[in-house]
Amino acid sequence: MTNPTLPTAVPSDLSLDPVAARGRLVRRLVLLGIGVLAALVLPLVIYPPVASDILAWALFALSVDLLLGFTGLLSFGHAAFWGGSAYVTGIIAIRLGVPFPVAILGGMIFAMAIAVPIGYLSVRRSGIYFAMVTLAFAQMIYFVANQWLDVTGGENGLQGVPVSFFGISAVETDSFTFYYAALVLIVIGMVAGWRIVHSPFGRVLTAIRDNSARARALGYDVERYKLIAFVLSAGLAGLAGGVFTISHGFVSLQEVDWPTSGKVVLMTVIGGIGTLWGGAIGAAVIVLLEDQLSSSGFEGTGIITGAIFIIVVLLFRRGIWGTAQNGFDRIRRALAVRAQRKRNGDSAVATRIDDGS
Amino acid sequence: MTRVVHPRTFGSDLNMTAFIQYTVQGLAAGGFYALAALGLAIIFGALGVVNFAHGSAYMLGAVLSAVLLTTLNVHFWAALVIVPLLMFAFGILIERLLVRWLLRLDVLYNFLLTFGLSLVLVDVVKNLYGVSGLPYEQPAGLQGLIHVGGVTLPKYQLFVFVFSVLVCVIVWVLLTRTRAGMIVRAATEDPDRARALGINVSRWITPVFGFGIAVAALSGVLAAPFRAITATMGTNFVIILFAIVVIGGLGSILGAVVAGFLVGLVEAYGQAYAGTFAQIAIFILMVIVILVRPAGLFGRRDAA
Repeated sequence: MTNPTLPTAVPSDLSLDPVAARGRLVRRLVLLGIGVLAALVLPLVIYPPVASDILAWALFALSVDLLLGFTGLLSFGHAAFWGGSAYVTGIIAIRLGVPFPVAILGGMIFAMAIAVPIGYLSVRRSGIYFAMVTLAFAQMIYFVANQWLDVTGGENGLQGVPVSFFGISAVETDSFTFYYAALVLIVIGMVAGWRIVHSPFGRVLTAIRDNSARARALGYDVERYKLIAFVLSAGLAGLAGGVFTISHGFVSLQEVDWPTSGKVVLMTVIGGIGTLWGGAIGAAVIVLLEDQLSSSGFEGTGIITGAIFIIVVLLFRRGIWGTAQNGFDRIRRALAVRAQRKRNGDSAVATRIDDGS
Repeated sequence: MTRVVHPRTFGSDLNMTAFIQYTVQGLAAGGFYALAALGLAIIFGALGVVNFAHGSAYMLGAVLSAVLLTTLNVHFWAALVIVPLLMFAFGILIERLLVRWLLRLDVLYNFLLTFGLSLVLVDVVKNLYGVSGLPYEQPAGLQGLIHVGGVTLPKYQLFVFVFSVLVCVIVWVLLTRTRAGMIVRAATEDPDRARALGINVSRWITPVFGFGIAVAALSGVLAAPFRAITATMGTNFVIILFAIVVIGGLGSILGAVVAGFLVGLVEAYGQAYAGTFAQIAIFILMVIVILVRPAGLFGRRDAA
């Protein structure tokens, strides 16, 4: 099944024109610089644990976008991987006391391991079926976490997850320094996501998203590609969930519950589907908003986030990043047309302005 | 009836009685599922929308009947009529204001929209009526137990089963034997051809959405005397509904009803014999169906 109306971020001007290519490079470097700077100063501006939350959710949203934006699969059950990894990371950290990156690695491996059967069953269905089946499987993981009291603590969750980091007490005790240790892990995950999207493998995923029948006709094993994408995405979600657990020092049942799956999709949609980095903006918006709402004592967070969801889906389907990108492209085209006009001495300009919307 | 109970058969008799009681319990739970899944299937058929807010419609049905009882003293039998009518209007409003604008786009957008809607509805109800359950007692005449052939069964559970089967049959007759049902089915099966035959498809779509919501709300009214009435009662419910329509086949109304009762039974037997891991049984059933019949029990292969 194809998703013809899902907005895509694949640039419409894949021209090999060196001037355009240089422009793109400059734009990317500027954006990269802004992103790196923002990530570095974040804990100076806001409360460091909240900044760490943003990091974790940003990678989580990226993992969802890897499937939704680049493979055309809406997973509504990613809480299973985020939360599954959260539990395993917590258990490893509590029982073995290993440095936290090792515990997180364990959580990641667990997330990928449960993603294999879930993905194997889910990728047999596409479109809306995929969303419903992944949601159902995630709920199954939730029930297990809720009932398996000896391991997960049920409703009480896992308390007292230690932060162990090679005996470096600055990271272990100070949430400000911890942020930068977490940042390294999150950046590794994000670069991995970027590499996946821009690899030949990622191109096949995009082809499957745009026209799975054609991809199949070209000889690609569509289900296998989808499954691999699903497992990789689960690994990134697991990495994010592990970082979140260590940052918080406990695991609650909420991490595997369905609102978590919905929240990360919301972040991805707000940021912009298929933009890869948009999810980070969506994560920042939602985490900060929820932080504000809960500190002001407002009870109905769902009313606000739900309303945002409805408005974004109705009116801003490109999301923040997509809208910005679109606006930027428009300005650039307008400028190009103007320059052309000057060069041609205002002779009839028949350049079609295709804003792609 | 006097019977000499042999010690050895006594155990199996008891097991049999318990089994029948679990079956009735499962069929009652299945009634809720079947009705709600029926609404979900009708909406999906006519609009191509997977309505995430369906669980909220079920929840609102139960909450509304509880609120109507305490404020206006509207009793159960009146609520069975009034609440679905109110929710029919609510459904029409939702379709006109929100869902309609995304019908031409990918199905996923309306899935997300109705997800956002359900977040709003759950938290609005939470803010209005709190998180603890609302009180609702079983209607007079349906309280207590009834003896059927030596087995003692709760009257209300039997009523729910019979009533929900009745509603499903009525909907079936409406869809297959009336002109309106014929038009809806034509608009569902092949909207373009229906349009070419002069049917105003979009005018029919709105009431169908309202109807689907109303049926889910009816299921909620039935659940009110039976289940805890809370703002979150619909959230787990809707996920099980999704499992049901995957099992039954998303496009199939008959599939939704049959799978609804099936899942109700699996849940009840699971609770009786598998204890704490009962709910997982439903998802195991879903896995088996996906493996053996990916299009669902009653689904067409091309609908996958």
